[in-house]
Amino acid sequence: MYTAELQKTARIASTEDPDKLAAFEARVAADEFIEPKDWMPEAYRRTLTRQISQHAHSEIVGMLPEGNWISRAPSLRRKAILLAKVQDEAGHGLYLYSAAETLGTSRQEMIEALHSGKAKYSTIFNYPTLTWADIGAIGWLVDGAAIMNQVPLQRTSYGPYARAMVRVCKEESFHQRQGYEIMMHLAAGTVEQKRMAQDALNRWWWPSLMMFGPPDENSPNTEQSMRWRIKRDTNDDLRQKFVDITKPQADAIGLNVPDPDLRWNEEKGGHDFGEVDWDEFYAVVKGEGPVAKERMKARRDAWEQNAWVREAADAYAQKQIRKREAA
Amino acid sequence: MSKDWPLWEVFVRSKGGLSHRHVGSVHAPDAEIAVRHARDTYTRRMEGVSLWVVPSAQIIASDPAEDGPMFEPAEDKIYRHPTFYNIPDGISHI
Repeated sequence: MYTAELQKTARIASTEDPDKLAAFEARVAADEFIEPKDWMPEAYRRTLTRQISQHAHSEIVGMLPEGNWISRAPSLRRKAILLAKVQDEAGHGLYLYSAAETLGTSRQEMIEALHSGKAKYSTIFNYPTLTWADIGAIGWLVDGAAIMNQVPLQRTSYGPYARAMVRVCKEESFHQRQGYEIMMHLAAGTVEQKRMAQDALNRWWWPSLMMFGPPDENSPNTEQSMRWRIKRDTNDDLRQKFVDITKPQADAIGLNVPDPDLRWNEEKGGHDFGEVDWDEFYAVVKGEGPVAKERMKARRDAWEQNAWVREAADAYAQKQIRKREAA
Repeated sequence: MSKDWPLWEVFVRSKGGLSHRHVGSVHAPDAEIAVRHARDTYTRRMEGVSLWVVPSAQIIASDPAEDGPMFEPAEDKIYRHPTFYNIPDGISHI
């Protein structure tokens, strides 16, 4: 899973020490990694904290649409796979929260920002999962788009983020393959099953293209983020790559990509494709997605209803300390 | 929970004969739960046969701002490497 890039413009404050800033920029330009205790400009720290925590939130919220289907998976095999995938998403969230914490923001602050609605997460999770085929489409398309975004982040300039991405990418490939396998089986099934697969592709295609973020000309931070090697490819380049890779995968299982303008362009060596509905994208970013409120309520409920587990663990730890002190 | 549980650094031995290697960190109220969280977070795919957890606050690190004085003295001591010495051809097992 991944978060569309939603940064606000990161300006370098004029109060930064120019010598330190120059040394930092030179290190980054030489593809060196920046580590937590190294000097870094405040704008770099802020940009990364926002990006990594949004990414972490997306992994955590990403468990919700899929979690809905664990008890309704069509076989024990599918259920075991989906459980493992959802557990992976939790793991990915934890790797990323840890990476973000090295920049000086506590886990508690990040979780509170998510629950209060202050923090953003990927718009993709504010769409509903209506049928079992949606679980296939999410794995294939949403995790596919996530992989495309995350592979270059394995070389992002901030060491803890890059290392978290190496782990995430290693685990993500199974997510995409199990999704494609679900779609493959449905597409080869009964007429109703194939219709269900096509319907899921129809609904998830455009939101998946939105996962790469706004078009380059409306992405003012891309330049700074690329200069700092936080980002290594532009939104439009990655989107193009995704379309080129995914179209033949849909063809291979007899499903149609829902875009009448999609065709191969020999000259550019890639597909031409239709315009994404950016008004819808910005509306969903602002929290107007079809199930945005439901998602946040489910997340807050899970946190509050399980508070007793955290309290019990705390009480037990305190008791052990007292016991040791008494001994 | 009004504040975060303490942070623990996690080290995994991937198989017998290899040393433990740092893989990341977890929050936990005590050592026992830290080990359980480390298992769930970092060894879901048989990545390890042994785990260490260490309270992060207990780790003392060198200062990156001082890495020059700390590590550069080794730079000009190339005679510590076997390739520094020219041994004529024909002399073997050395």
